[in-house]
Amino acid sequence: MKIDITDRPFDPWQCIQTHQRDALEPGSHGAMTVFVGSMRDFNEGDEVQAMELEHYPGMTERFLQRLADEAGQRWSLLDLLIVHRVGYLQPGDPIVLVAVWSAHRLDAYEANRFLMEALKSRAPFWKKEQTSCGPRWVEKNTPGYGA
Amino acid sequence: MIQVRYFASLRERIGRDTDSVEATRVRTVADVWQVLHPQQPMPANTLCAVNMDYVDPSSPVTDGDEVAFFPPVTGG
Repeated sequence: MKIDITDRPFDPWQCIQTHQRDALEPGSHGAMTVFVGSMRDFNEGDEVQAMELEHYPGMTERFLQRLADEAGQRWSLLDLLIVHRVGYLQPGDPIVLVAVWSAHRLDAYEANRFLMEALKSRAPFWKKEQTSCGPRWVEKNTPGYGA
Repeated sequence: MIQVRYFASLRERIGRDTDSVEATRVRTVADVWQVLHPQQPMPANTLCAVNMDYVDPSSPVTDGDEVAFFPPVTGG
């Protein structure tokens, strides 16, 4: 299990490949689900030129660790990887990666969805967009499955 | 002493990222806000944490705690 909050651009596919090679036995998992969230160049009808992502150092890691532990208790998982970007982002940059490995697809799908929905609704991160009209804080995330 | 932290739009609105308050002056998280911002009610959507765990504003605080106030989260 790995949770990484990074202020540098990351390649989600490279992260998955590296983690799978280092942490999982070949042949152990029958299913892997991946969610990648990336930065759009538009929001609320405006062009977004850049973004700053703030977090609460310490609490964010602790919160994500607890989510990962809960997912491990609720579903039969072999491993999971969460990577989340902070700092200054450009449109197209990956923001978040959640990858879940399991023997079967049901656990991998369900756990991934749980992790993403909980992360979006409760993990202490905040987005500030640079738009053509100036900087603005994103006020809330769109409702997901939990809404 | 209780250390207080603000994040994101709330930090900008208040104009600083930290505060501190004597533990003897407060019993709850809501007291901490009230003592520090007597003229400014806590915004309705504010989230609170004590020692990096989410809590209700009515939760108790004790000497040495870190209290945080922040707006709804928008990560992912």
